Amino acid sequence: MALSRDGSTSLFSDSPAGTLRLLTYIALAAVLMVLDHRNGWLRQARYASALVIEPVYRLAGLPSAGVEAARTAFADRSRLIEDNRHLREALLMANARLNRMAAVDQQNQRLKQLLDVQRALGMNAQLARVIDIDLDPFRHRIVLNAGRRQGVRPGQAVIDARGIVGQVVEALPDTSVVLLITDPSHAIPVTVARTGLRAIADGSAAGDRLELPNVPISADLRVGDQLLSSGLGGRFPAGFPVGTVTAVRPDRSGMYTRAWARPAADLGRVNEVLLLHDLADPVGPPAPAPAAGPPDRLKPAATAPAAPRNAGAAP
Amino acid sequence: MNRLRARRALFWGSLLLALLLMLVPLPVTLLPLKPYWPALVLLYWTLEAPEHVSIGLAFGVGLGADLLDGALLGEQALRLIVLVFLALRFRSRLRFFPMWQQALAVLALLLNDRVLLLAMRLFAGDPWPPAAYWLAPFAGALLWPFVFLLLDDLRARLRVRDG
Repeated sequence: MALSRDGSTSLFSDSPAGTLRLLTYIALAAVLMVLDHRNGWLRQARYASALVIEPVYRLAGLPSAGVEAARTAFADRSRLIEDNRHLREALLMANARLNRMAAVDQQNQRLKQLLDVQRALGMNAQLARVIDIDLDPFRHRIVLNAGRRQGVRPGQAVIDARGIVGQVVEALPDTSVVLLITDPSHAIPVTVARTGLRAIADGSAAGDRLELPNVPISADLRVGDQLLSSGLGGRFPAGFPVGTVTAVRPDRSGMYTRAWARPAADLGRVNEVLLLHDLADPVGPPAPAPAAGPPDRLKPAATAPAAPRNAGAAP
Repeated sequence: MNRLRARRALFWGSLLLALLLMLVPLPVTLLPLKPYWPALVLLYWTLEAPEHVSIGLAFGVGLGADLLDGALLGEQALRLIVLVFLALRFRSRLRFFPMWQQALAVLALLLNDRVLLLAMRLFAGDPWPPAAYWLAPFAGALLWPFVFLLLDDLRARLRVRDG
């Protein structure tokens, strides 16, 4: 572009053709961005080109997978034994707790039957491994090694052993992209375990904490409070740990309290996650009532709308 | 013929490697320092082999990066177009700078790129990024001499072997 015909460049070239080409391409890129923002073309384009994208993801994930493998291979024996013992203890504890929970669960079922409530939330989870690549340091997303072919659908909740990690936003054939709860564009309905106060926890730009922007100033919220998912909205199941409140301050207007929380899940070093298959019970407004009117068999025969169509079809 | 093919392989190979490096993870503390690899490699080729680089190529590489990144189609395309346009415009001057001045110029280009990205993100409704957002161009400028020398060396080797 800045080259003249004989291949040499002038020091202060300012060709109008080059500027014109730049403007054309900028306009093209802007149009693409707007269309993609409106129609989600990128998702379709990515799904179509998954054959290329997925191997690239695996390839880019190789270095860190290699480091992990080397760490396991060369870790000294005593540490592995220590790890093993630790995991054994944890498993024992978890099993003991599970046994007690099973009894409580049965009791709960019986009580629910007595109350005639039909809200059984069977947990049906699928294990997925995180492909360690970095899409963008300032957007908080992770890539999993399971996709549409493994039954992953956008909207599924993702948890790890400690709490909620995020939700699937995109499912390619063999990989999927998860939006973490700390992403600035993410929000999750929570309830405070101690008081039952409901709030919305947003992600934050810094990415290592959650923000509760609009809590009423009179609400009872303290540092150290546990936040659980409330299940409102039906996207996340109720009762999973989301975070712990780390700071509570009145906001600038003085009308609301603003609180910050540390996520319960280990988002920085998450390695394996569970994809929940059973979506939560739909909690929301009841189904719309059927239109009021006389019962069907008493309605006048609806012949009027059909007649003109027949007439129109006749030549 | 052989030499031409080798040089073409180096050209496209370096661009693909840059896209791959864009995805490779870093430890969490180093994450904000990750340089914008496609920009550095494109800059090198703009300065050294402008006959192969055009705004159209920048657009293509940017679209590829967008496809891999999955953020917004056209975002990186726009950033790389502007970068390559500026580099092509000031190429004659940039080429004869000593290395440290060239690194400063690269820093300016990368900072400009960050401002552009910030404008696009704010326009799309994202919140203001943390201060660490501005660190990546400095890491890029510090790495620039190494990228430049490495690619230059590879190119020179190809030339010597064939010549």
